[in-house]
Amino acid sequence: MINLYTRRRIANATGLSVAVLAMGFGLFWLCWILWTLLDHGLPALTSAVFTKMTPPPGSTGGLLNAIFGSLMMTVIGTLIGTPIGILAGTYLAEFGQRGWLAPVTRFINDILLSAPSIVIGLFVYEVYVVHVRHFSGWAGTIALAIIVIPIVIRTTENMLRLVPSTLREAAAALGAPQWKIISFVTLRAARAGIITGIMLAIARISGETAPLLFTALNNQFWSDNMNQPMANLPVVIFQFAMSPYTDWQNLAWAGALLITFSVLTLNILARVLFRQSASTH
Amino acid sequence: MSMFSHEARLKRQSIFDALFRNLTRLAAFGVLALLAAILASLVMGSMPAIHAFGFGFLTSSEWDPVNDKFGALIPIVGTLITSVIALVIAIPVSFGIALFLTELSPRVLRRPLGVAIELLAGIPSIIYGMWGLFVFAPLFADHVEPWLNQHIGTLPYIGPFFSGPPMGIGILTASIILAIMVIPFIASVMRDVFDVVPTMLKESAYGLGSTTWEVMLSIVLPYTKVGVAGGIMLGLGRALGETMAVTFVIGNSHELTKSLLNPGNSISSALANEFTEAFGELYTASLIELGLILFFITFVVLSLARYMLYKLGQREGKAA
Repeated sequence: MINLYTRRRIANATGLSVAVLAMGFGLFWLCWILWTLLDHGLPALTSAVFTKMTPPPGSTGGLLNAIFGSLMMTVIGTLIGTPIGILAGTYLAEFGQRGWLAPVTRFINDILLSAPSIVIGLFVYEVYVVHVRHFSGWAGTIALAIIVIPIVIRTTENMLRLVPSTLREAAAALGAPQWKIISFVTLRAARAGIITGIMLAIARISGETAPLLFTALNNQFWSDNMNQPMANLPVVIFQFAMSPYTDWQNLAWAGALLITFSVLTLNILARVLFRQSASTH
Repeated sequence: MSMFSHEARLKRQSIFDALFRNLTRLAAFGVLALLAAILASLVMGSMPAIHAFGFGFLTSSEWDPVNDKFGALIPIVGTLITSVIALVIAIPVSFGIALFLTELSPRVLRRPLGVAIELLAGIPSIIYGMWGLFVFAPLFADHVEPWLNQHIGTLPYIGPFFSGPPMGIGILTASIILAIMVIPFIASVMRDVFDVVPTMLKESAYGLGSTTWEVMLSIVLPYTKVGVAGGIMLGLGRALGETMAVTFVIGNSHELTKSLLNPGNSISSALANEFTEAFGELYTASLIELGLILFFITFVVLSLARYMLYKLGQREGKAA
């Protein structure tokens, strides 16, 4: 019979070592995945990737049209989603003290925030693609904008709530009307936090594949017409990785490396930016 | 005269105020409208399938595009099984990570390690899929699955679940990759809720001579159990809807198998693989109904998650 103290110490040591192992377990996958990407992606990342179009199987090429399509859809999707998100977030933080609309919106928004993105793709397919009868860059852009909105709403509301109410009261005491208080005082004070949210939203949609499958589809050629099916990195990676051709698989690795490192860079930049602005306040 | 223009200016400002307020309200209302529109469009799109199969759609395991016979049982079961196995793996690991980050980690390392775990959540899901297909699945097939076959596959009761051809692609592989993907979500919620435990409570327990492990199990966990459950539900919501990672490695076979090593299917991977190639009204409608079912399940799970986290937040407010 081991005495009570020893037993408790053993339980403690076991529990804590398991916690350390769990932490190592998490970091292990991160390092393994990043290493795989560098290992397979770097050799494939030639200058042709940035200068040539996606090739037919068996010949060489690059990812230029896919990179361009992804940039177009991400930028325009963000431009559409952000203003709506900021306005709705402002409502929740500044006007949402009374009534049923704010709590219900907050709840629904939290659900949309983690809703399966493939369902968003289905939705855009049903309401847009079916009616115009063809896949298009616009459809993909709309799907991405719908994903941006809840993220921006969430961060805008949280950041506005951090602004001290004395700031609002001071502005009101000077006789400023409410729309000026909100747009020139509180929103400006919360600017860094909101920009962080937008950056995280961009990071999220630049890797999204599922909602683009049924909306933007893919295009083997250069196209800057948003009304046509549009090439984009995630769907090209999906198609090329699933193919039996080595050339295509290599290009998929190059694309995967590009996407992951831009997404991770955005993530880190957003955090650094937010931290800097938080420490200057 | 100047009095008059002053009043006019005030009036103009109050019109701007009303405009601004209603503009933001419209945007907030747009979010509700969006949810309603998603639901309505999914229901309308799946009407042909609902009319043709009724509730039998949920219980039929048939998936025969040639003869227009569809049932959702296999994808639904696949989605649920992969998500549950993923949670079984992810919950203890996330708890360990949260414990490490809140109690054990040296102060300097706390932030970088926390960010590293969050970066795991930032990696796009298609990358998990590619990595799973090209790197993880072959290793799993060569080293882990033969071992499972030999050692666990021969046991009574649980044996049949772990015996099968060692292909690397299948339900178990998909579940493990899902687990890695949801760990950061659950761990970061757990870390946040562990941080709300009043320091006084923990210090009292330490003062009575508790070990760190005992403080975690008997003080921190009971205090935060609602929030922890909420975080787990949030992870479940993520796992249920995850598409690309699962599509790469689950194998997409519409057959009901007992073995976790066999290929299977999930709702999202069936959609990703078949939707653009679906022919005929009924095929498309059946796939959209699958999407509707997925949306419904995640809606319920995520609502529960939010409700639980909200409960914890309320208690925190009261205690303060």
